[in-house]
Amino acid sequence: MNLYDTLFWFLSAVAVGCALGVILSRNPVNSVLFLIATFFAISGHYFIMNAQFLAIVNIIVYAGAIMVLFLFVIMLMNLNADVEPQKGQLIQVAGVISGGVLFLVLIAAVHKASPMPVDKQSIDIGLINNLGKVLFKEYVLPFEISSVLFLSAMIGAVVIGKKEPALPAEGEAQ
Amino acid sequence: MPVYSTHYLFLSLLLFSIGIMGALMRRNAIIIFMCIELMLNSVNLLLVAFSKMYVDINAQLFVFFIMVVAAAEVAVGLAVIVMMYRKVHSVDINILNRLKH
Repeated sequence: MNLYDTLFWFLSAVAVGCALGVILSRNPVNSVLFLIATFFAISGHYFIMNAQFLAIVNIIVYAGAIMVLFLFVIMLMNLNADVEPQKGQLIQVAGVISGGVLFLVLIAAVHKASPMPVDKQSIDIGLINNLGKVLFKEYVLPFEISSVLFLSAMIGAVVIGKKEPALPAEGEAQ
Repeated sequence: MPVYSTHYLFLSLLLFSIGIMGALMRRNAIIIFMCIELMLNSVNLLLVAFSKMYVDINAQLFVFFIMVVAAAEVAVGLAVIVMMYRKVHSVDINILNRLKH
């Protein structure tokens, strides 16, 4: 087994194990930490596939920004394992069975696909200069529209998160 | 044993179905949101694997845009959750379910 295969199996085991930790842990802070570890394992997969830009962006955006945002919100609400609600045992088993059946159906749909070896040659399309060339030539319109999307998401988040001002007229009328 | 495309397919489908199991099993709205992010990441992984196999750069750019949309969605979704928490003081979806009454 060469280095690529060893790394693939190790990173896959870490990713699946930490994903199971996300859905099975009682404490929401533990779930967030497991998800951060999952994102690092997926970034490792990107690295061994030579998609360097996406690996770094995955770490910076997902593990570095989005998960920290989740942690802030969980700390704000002061959630811990004591107040964590649990669904009934029957519903949890039904959820696991539904997810498992979906997994089997999807596997059955694609297991006849002809297997192509992945590590045949090292390719250069994951490097940032190649990605940048295609991004700013052919995909420049979605790129600019995504900046408008971010602006609207920012405005939306601020508007939704504003505290409502108290209405003194209602209190006086009663 | 060399790594084939079916291995990446299997891994991505496994992560996706673990995300679905988590979205069905948990009652905490934030954990459900995190399972949605896990599902998005499993799709990203599969797209990057296919981009390496067929030497197609468009798949990696699509992954980039998926990350862009996921970041915007997380910002707005967490704002909604925080606003609901201010009203009801709980993130239990069984309690948030009753707001329609």
